Amino acid sequence: MTHIHITNARLIDPENGTDTLGSLTMADGVIQAVHPEDSPQGLETGTQVIDARGKCLAPGIVDIGVKVCEPGERHKESYRSAGLAAAAGGVTTMATRPDTLPAIDTPEVLEFTRRRANEAAPVHVLPMAALTKGRAGREMTEIGFLMDAGAIAFTDCDHVIQSTKVFSRALTYARAMGALVIAHPQDPGLSEGAAATSGKFASLYGLPAVSPMAERMGLDRDIALLEMTGARYHADQITTARALPALERAKANGLDITAGTSIHHLTLNELDVAGYRTFFKVKPPLRSEDDRQAIIEAVRTGLIDIISSMHTPQDEESKRLPFEQAASGAVALETLLPAALRLYHAGALDLPTLFRAMSLNPAKRLGLPSGRLSVGTPADLVLFDADAPFILDRAKLLSKSKNTPFDGARMQGKVLATFVDGHIVYEAP
Amino acid sequence: MPFAHDHLLGIEHLSPGDITTLLDLAGQYADMGRGGAKHSDALAGLTQINMFFETSTRTQASFELAGKRLGADVMSMSMQASSIKKGETLIDTTMTLNAMHPDLLVVRHPHSGAVDLLAQKVNCAVINAGDGRHEHPTQALLDALTIRRAKGRLHRLNIAICGDIAHSRVARSNIILLGKMENRIRLIGPPTLMPAGIGEFGVEVYENMQEGLKGVDVVMMLRLQRERMDGGFIPSEREYYHRYGLDAEKLAYAAPDAIVMHPGPMNRGVEIDGELADDINRSVIREQVEMGVAVRMAAMDLLARRLRERQSPPGVMV
Repeated sequence: MTHIHITNARLIDPENGTDTLGSLTMADGVIQAVHPEDSPQGLETGTQVIDARGKCLAPGIVDIGVKVCEPGERHKESYRSAGLAAAAGGVTTMATRPDTLPAIDTPEVLEFTRRRANEAAPVHVLPMAALTKGRAGREMTEIGFLMDAGAIAFTDCDHVIQSTKVFSRALTYARAMGALVIAHPQDPGLSEGAAATSGKFASLYGLPAVSPMAERMGLDRDIALLEMTGARYHADQITTARALPALERAKANGLDITAGTSIHHLTLNELDVAGYRTFFKVKPPLRSEDDRQAIIEAVRTGLIDIISSMHTPQDEESKRLPFEQAASGAVALETLLPAALRLYHAGALDLPTLFRAMSLNPAKRLGLPSGRLSVGTPADLVLFDADAPFILDRAKLLSKSKNTPFDGARMQGKVLATFVDGHIVYEAP
Repeated sequence: MPFAHDHLLGIEHLSPGDITTLLDLAGQYADMGRGGAKHSDALAGLTQINMFFETSTRTQASFELAGKRLGADVMSMSMQASSIKKGETLIDTTMTLNAMHPDLLVVRHPHSGAVDLLAQKVNCAVINAGDGRHEHPTQALLDALTIRRAKGRLHRLNIAICGDIAHSRVARSNIILLGKMENRIRLIGPPTLMPAGIGEFGVEVYENMQEGLKGVDVVMMLRLQRERMDGGFIPSEREYYHRYGLDAEKLAYAAPDAIVMHPGPMNRGVEIDGELADDINRSVIREQVEMGVAVRMAAMDLLARRLRERQSPPGVMV
């Protein structure tokens, strides 16, 4: 087994909340030693030594909610292209979404995706499965069989299960299995047909819009069902200030609930859509600046646990349409880290806090040992230069789809190397 | 003041100077329209294509007539019946027409922003003839010209816009234009027909029509867009007419010389009393139609001048 020793690194440890210089040794796929100072003595012969020159070494990102378009739309993204993009973006584990064509709702389809993923992707891929068949919100999937086949969590993605009866039964059954359910808190009535967040901006642009209240209503409903069923629940994206008090109360009441948000809702707001730029169309729609600030603060305090890329590849054709008709979603595996570093450079969040939300918390929620800088845990790591400036060129993305809202944006932060199970899976050119 | 725009996509992009330039030229065309010889050759040799993805009678006729009076070769296409139905995308259809080298494209589309999108892809001048609930710039310009001619000015007027503001691109373009020209704007209608965030538009909002109409110089009625209703915005047409339909009794709250406008087509007995609409002392609805042709002639003339400049830069002999 290869041994790799990284010296002179800025160690970002989200578990201890520290950001200190030191060195780290990985061997046999795990972190073998972490030293506060450099201690090159005692290294096994043949150990590869990497001088980090003071750059950052953090646990690799665990990204919940990545869409890989297999099966069905491999021209948009394959396990190979998504895996390479993830490695280049410092993402060492992708929890992939089942909103494919067909949906991943049977053990057979799940096994196919796992096989494809293992062959093609250089990072860990943990497939999620649909909670209801065809994501149609009527009958629950074979949660037990799907778990046996390796489903890490259950979600109908952006489809809200409208029937509370169906959802409560699925939650109850999932609880008995110990399965994690991920939902999209949104009132389906209010949000129907919406392409923007209601307010001055959407009104000026004449776009059908949804009140931010729809998110709170969706969350309130789900929380009530959690009280009823006791299920393990994660809200995929909380993006509005109004939903936060409900989340806080639910956590205080001891419910098994966590919440995520997307990198786009943390770094962009509704005004970015100006000129009907469809690459900024995401679901839920981008929010006001006040909401964005409130969500950043919630990540800082830990009320929002997890930051996800919500990587959603779309081809040019589905975006080159009038805004209302254009598809939602943005690719983000490769921009997640530099976009998150905007919050660091703006002084809003420190690096341990960012990696708590991107690595530690998602790993914990999925029951994974990774996401930490502790001895004995998997050597899934990202080495990056937090300051290196660059201008993003979407043509250079490794994702098959290039629908990023950051095309031409000035960004800071480059991945230098990504390690999965102690092996280098990406090295900056 | 030179008109430095390649397209007319919305009032949002125009300065007060641009608006005045347009209205001045439109005034000349309005006079020409009333004279004997209605023809000029400002657009001679140019091709104008009207692409209407949404049905229209008056706007399409108005653009067609405006183009013909200026000597353009005009073609009107009803896009609902064409290749869009066969699954062709908006951009492909546009590129197909663009390959035939039109000089002016007049576009109406049911989705907000569709005309902006199309304008990015073609090399001719594009005029927005209404996109979704976003903008309808020539309507706002013709309303402005009508007001200017009736009131003698286009600033410091109290103007009420009444009815279905939420679904109306006419309202949006008018709010922007009349605001740019420094008028006081009041919006009157039931709260279900007001767009969200309206408080930040720099307008006054009234739910009571009588109160809102007090002392205004201009009453602009909007069509109740029944075809846009998802259902449930108002309880019934008769209740709407009772509370928000313009009749002589409600108009009495406005200034004695207030004018009544409507972009058409009217729902008589829903948003406006039929007799009032026909009252030549108060209603300028017919004149709005007349000014529509003049404003569209002016807009196309200015865009064509700009087009010719772009095609042959100054100092270069062709």
